[in-house]
Amino acid sequence: MAVGLLGRKIGMTQVYAEDGSAIGVTVIEAGPCVVLQVRTAERDGYSAVQLGYGEKPRRLAIRAERGHVAALSSKRSKARAELKIDPLPKASCEPPRYIREFRLEEGDSPCEVGQKLTLGLLAEVARVDVIGMIKGRGTAGVMKQHNFHGLRASHGVQRHHRAGGSIGSHGCDRGNSGKIKKGKRMSGRWGNERVTVRNLKVVRIDEPNNVILVYGAVPGPDGGYIMIRQTKKKRKSQAK
Amino acid sequence: MPAKRTAILKQVESSSLRAEPLEFAIGDTVNVHTRILEGEKERIQIFSGVVIGRRGSGTRELFTVRRIVAGEGVERSFPIHSPKIAKLEVVRHGKVRRAKLFYLRDRMGRSTRLTERRSGKKDEAGEE
Repeated sequence: MAVGLLGRKIGMTQVYAEDGSAIGVTVIEAGPCVVLQVRTAERDGYSAVQLGYGEKPRRLAIRAERGHVAALSSKRSKARAELKIDPLPKASCEPPRYIREFRLEEGDSPCEVGQKLTLGLLAEVARVDVIGMIKGRGTAGVMKQHNFHGLRASHGVQRHHRAGGSIGSHGCDRGNSGKIKKGKRMSGRWGNERVTVRNLKVVRIDEPNNVILVYGAVPGPDGGYIMIRQTKKKRKSQAK
Repeated sequence: MPAKRTAILKQVESSSLRAEPLEFAIGDTVNVHTRILEGEKERIQIFSGVVIGRRGSGTRELFTVRRIVAGEGVERSFPIHSPKIAKLEVVRHGKVRRAKLFYLRDRMGRSTRLTERRSGKKDEAGEE
């Protein structure tokens, strides 16, 4: 079975634990997801399941998107039928808004195309990883982006108050080459990239409503699409 | 935010809301009974003072209680829906004309006589 679901970030709120302490949670609507395609090592070189979430109006979906989820008559399908090639199984659902793949590892039981996955999949899972696109911030300076302290407001500092300061040369291991250390944090485009938050605690799962609460924050804006899977982070207790 | 998402959030929060809402008004003098865990034992601590405001919504709604301890103003905010609030008693209703009584902060450090006069005013209006 695939170890993840697709969903949508609903927003954050606060709930009370049994001992009365308040916990900040992110509410995620996860599933139902339809299995659109099963990738196999023989045919695709890797094994994975492709899931779809949400519905896109048919008028907005291009023909390729519709043909991906339902059998459409086309020149290619006719040609393949003549050559007696079995048509690929289709999920026969509405074109989804959000399509992503989850890799299958050895031991994961396979899925069938058209199968619907819901939160029951994560029922026994205590911790999850959540993958999403963080909000785009455009060009951001080092103070905003990397929490640098900037330079001083006075004492001779001129027009340089939010600068990162020296980027180093002799002090680092590339000193002799006159090059800047790799990965040096500088200003520039920030956000709008894929981010994984690992090992978030599952607070509650409401399967009938397709709602899962996880402890803490999740990348992306409210309403943004996200992937949620059983955590891949190895914990000491699990290693035993 | 689209209605559907708001509805989901509301539904999630509804499980954490207090079954019977606390009944009090701004300006009331109240005793707040909170459960405190001391080691293994749980005991009730009482904080009494005047409710000077409430803010927030849903599970995050808070109310602030102000009292004078040893001449020093002390304010404490409680989450309305927290299960740690065991009980809330209204000792006296106060007559107030606004939702936030922050002006009480400015009256800190004045002589106790002034405070008494103000609470006297409240007595006029505040029959149960």
